[in-house]
Amino acid sequence: MKLIGFLMQSSKEYVTVMQLHGEVALNTLKEVVGLFKGKIYQKPPVRSSVKRALRVREILDIEILEYEYPYVLLRVDCEHGTYVRKLIHDIGDILGVGAHMRELRRIRTGPFKEDSDLIKMQELSEYVYLWRNKGDPSFLMKAVKPGEYIVSHLPKVIVNDVAVSAVTHGADLTVPGISVIHEKIRKGDPVAIFSLKGELVAVGIAQMHTEEVLQTRRGVFAKTQRVVMSRETYPPLWKKHRGAG
Amino acid sequence: MLKGVEFVKKLDEFASLERSYILVKEFPTSGEYGKSPEERSIEELLRFGVINLDKPPGPTSHEVVAWVKEILGVSKAGHGGTLESPT
Repeated sequence: MKLIGFLMQSSKEYVTVMQLHGEVALNTLKEVVGLFKGKIYQKPPVRSSVKRALRVREILDIEILEYEYPYVLLRVDCEHGTYVRKLIHDIGDILGVGAHMRELRRIRTGPFKEDSDLIKMQELSEYVYLWRNKGDPSFLMKAVKPGEYIVSHLPKVIVNDVAVSAVTHGADLTVPGISVIHEKIRKGDPVAIFSLKGELVAVGIAQMHTEEVLQTRRGVFAKTQRVVMSRETYPPLWKKHRGAG
Repeated sequence: MLKGVEFVKKLDEFASLERSYILVKEFPTSGEYGKSPEERSIEELLRFGVINLDKPPGPTSHEVVAWVKEILGVSKAGHGGTLESPT
């Protein structure tokens, strides 16, 4: 999986306008919308790019922001792959009046929010102009964040220089290479592996919980899944290491 | 090494997460290779960077990616999300 895949698999947040096909009381609406919080079943719509099999998706949060019949403004925080259009149709069914999605805007993709660091296309082209024609890269440098931000929502581990070079050459991350670790990593979690300088080295899948790392002090902590850093960045230190040992 | 921890905590903060870390073992890091992501030049950022771009409703994500590649003069770029197509 490409690095961007870990972002695609992250939770998404939307604001959406639901149009009701019949009037209901605010209390009823609140009650029914509340029922959709948690795990729900969804069958992908006819016009979709995935297999149309019933699947489970989690609605992490759903909130009514405004209600003025026939429009309901909703904020939905959900697992990736949730169809908001479908969700609204289903809410309409349970309400007994029917509903459809009128408008949709994504306000968050994983860690990326719709706030001050959101850049407009116009702004980007201005920043490129200032860089290329005026020799001032400072605006563009603020707009382009280090790629590490792509996985800023993942649990993280910081490893020593020897482990960095071994992992970039395709090795799995072993416990002795770990310097700093997030306290709550669970076996099976995707884990972002960082160097002592803060560079993203790779993304792996945890093979043990954090507590086990502290107890065992050996073995494979994470199976390397996607190497990000070029193998030329750090010299092949583990060879020297092995020779000396 | 403190720099790495600081930066990682900055990433957590960006993602609105409060996480605690455990120091397993302290190691030195060589000054001869690698560097903090915050010390990258614009050219380096364009090789491995991310833009939180507000895509207008008109063009497709694919078209916007092609436009970004062209104005930045980069050969590789992708996007991290598409909304379902409007009906």
